Amino acid sequence: MDPNFLWVLSGSVLLGTSSGAIGAFAVLRKRSLLGDVLAHAALPGVCLAFMLTGAKELFPLLVGAALTGYLGVKCIDAITRWSRIKEDTALGIVLTVFFGIGVMLLTAIQHSGAGNQAGLDTFLFGQAASLVGRDVVVIAVAATMLLLAVALFFKEFKLLCFDRGFGEGLGFPMRQIDNLLMALIVMAVILGLQAVGVVLMAAMLITPAVAARYWTERLDVMVLLSALFGGLSGMAGAVVSALGPRLPTGPLIVLAATGIFLISLVAAPRRGLVAKTLRYLGTRRKVARENLLRDVYEQHELSFDGTGVASDALQGIELDRVIGESSSPGRRSRLRVAQALAKEGLLRLELTGETWICSLTPRGLQAAWDVVRRHRLWELYLTHKADLKADHVDRDADDIEHFLTPDLVARLERLLEEHHQGPRIWPSVHPLDELRR
Amino acid sequence: MHGSEIAIEVHDLSVAYHKRPVIWGIDFELPSGHLVAVVGPNGAGKSTLLKGILGLVPPTSGWVKIHGQPYHKQRRLVGYVPQRESVDWDFPTNALDVVMMGRYGHLGLLRRPGKKERAIAWECLERVGMADFAHRQISQLSGGQQQRVFLARALAQDAQVYLMDEPLAGVDAATEAAILQLLSDLRREGKTVVVVHHDLQTVADYFDWVLLLNMRLVAIGPTQEVFTAENLQKTYGGRLTLLADAAHALSLSR
Repeated sequence: MDPNFLWVLSGSVLLGTSSGAIGAFAVLRKRSLLGDVLAHAALPGVCLAFMLTGAKELFPLLVGAALTGYLGVKCIDAITRWSRIKEDTALGIVLTVFFGIGVMLLTAIQHSGAGNQAGLDTFLFGQAASLVGRDVVVIAVAATMLLLAVALFFKEFKLLCFDRGFGEGLGFPMRQIDNLLMALIVMAVILGLQAVGVVLMAAMLITPAVAARYWTERLDVMVLLSALFGGLSGMAGAVVSALGPRLPTGPLIVLAATGIFLISLVAAPRRGLVAKTLRYLGTRRKVARENLLRDVYEQHELSFDGTGVASDALQGIELDRVIGESSSPGRRSRLRVAQALAKEGLLRLELTGETWICSLTPRGLQAAWDVVRRHRLWELYLTHKADLKADHVDRDADDIEHFLTPDLVARLERLLEEHHQGPRIWPSVHPLDELRR
Repeated sequence: MHGSEIAIEVHDLSVAYHKRPVIWGIDFELPSGHLVAVVGPNGAGKSTLLKGILGLVPPTSGWVKIHGQPYHKQRRLVGYVPQRESVDWDFPTNALDVVMMGRYGHLGLLRRPGKKERAIAWECLERVGMADFAHRQISQLSGGQQQRVFLARALAQDAQVYLMDEPLAGVDAATEAAILQLLSDLRREGKTVVVVHHDLQTVADYFDWVLLLNMRLVAIGPTQEVFTAENLQKTYGGRLTLLADAAHALSLSR
């Protein structure tokens, strides 16, 4: 194994960790693209610094990178402030112009025949293997400073990203805090240039942060996770790069980060695609079941006289009246729902001659009564409080009644009673009567 | 106790966005302890007036005093409730945490909120009936609940003067009742509350003072005296479109 490998590895991990941590704030401050511009605008600085010093010493190169990167950001500010050009356009202009100049300078250096110029093109796509002990010391110092600053100004950065105006109202120097965050982003980007390259550096800022957001609803956890994901990506990139014949590290690190992002996108609890799909299917099943219960109940209601407790078994109804004739759309899925309800003991299904007859069991009646009541409460609420026409309400209520909170239901209860629109067939003693006792 | 019984004094305040004047030469003195509705048509500069008082937008002229001292010395005394849409509610944080931001001003730079801040934030959430939702992620709250969280955050500031930008816009009936109750409580405690308000019908019911605004100050004073058909005509009527045209022409000519 290359004796230099430990240096390379620790350098990449440090870079990934610090850019991940600061990246969380960059993303929340909606500055993701700015990181990309910064990285590209740094290239002419690297080249100029090399031309001036004639040596490939990391520190002066980084100073050059920081200077032109900062100049690029200031150009964006100036363009959006003094012209009618919008920010996205300004970002595009600055990125391409600065990067174009950078590539031009790089080509000029390569044709000038300077001895060690070959190393400079690692800044395009990154080459962690080119990191030596001195570079790693620079990176370690800077990464520690970055992480310390994030820890120290955590509260201020949170305020900045969430509600800057409120922070100003509190008397916090929000402009300076914003500048500090910007400076830290510049630092993180510049530091990663040699290992990851100008073209892909923005991904180190954005990808770990976006992946981390999937796993948590807390900012502190998000920042920690983002740092962790960044560090892991850095490690993976450095290891794989060392295995192959000088594979560029940047793309490898970015691919590793993207892998973490894809896993998060799919598998994260609550926010992930799998969890979302399961939730959606669950809701759909619930809605279908409740709609069927309601339809059966209302058919029962048609043949029920007066109001009160259903003392005997309810009169059976032809299933076709509930799920539709044999050719009607949606019949098959409604039939499946009916069979499922029968299995659970909520619905009684009997074949009489050629036709299926259904009726609610006592437990089914209880469940259906509940659904129907909530539905009518909602209908009433919408027509009375939201000024919708009664015949426009039904569709909305069909979907929405399933999401009413018990709290809201209690408020609507009284209104329904006043209007004598409650469900007429009670499953047992009316729950409201129980309450009144 | 705070130097003056005049809660807010605004002198010749003008604000322009991109050379286009939004409010012109606003002058008024607001005695403390009133619940004030800021009323005016769309584009009248109601939000801008609040932001101008708070220094969130740079004024082109004028100054503001809070309880007799320049605003920048009295920031602690002023609580602000911005419009709900002004922030991204998908931010990774919960209701309690947002309310705790109201304490940041008392904490100052770099100090972390601790037990005391948590306790105060809880209390404020309870006052707006949101304690049950303290640990709910803020995007999971309804619009009305989000508005109440913002109010709780302002309460946590423990201010003397509150500026609220449309706290009653688009909220459900329960939130409206809770907010109105809170506003009158604040007034009873002697605080001054300035509220940008859209619903002209309810102004007389809830607010004891009114500020009528349409780019310039039309009138300010006790509701019975100032909230008159004549003043409303002045605020909303056609005559003032002239002023808007002048502002537009001015922005073109520069």
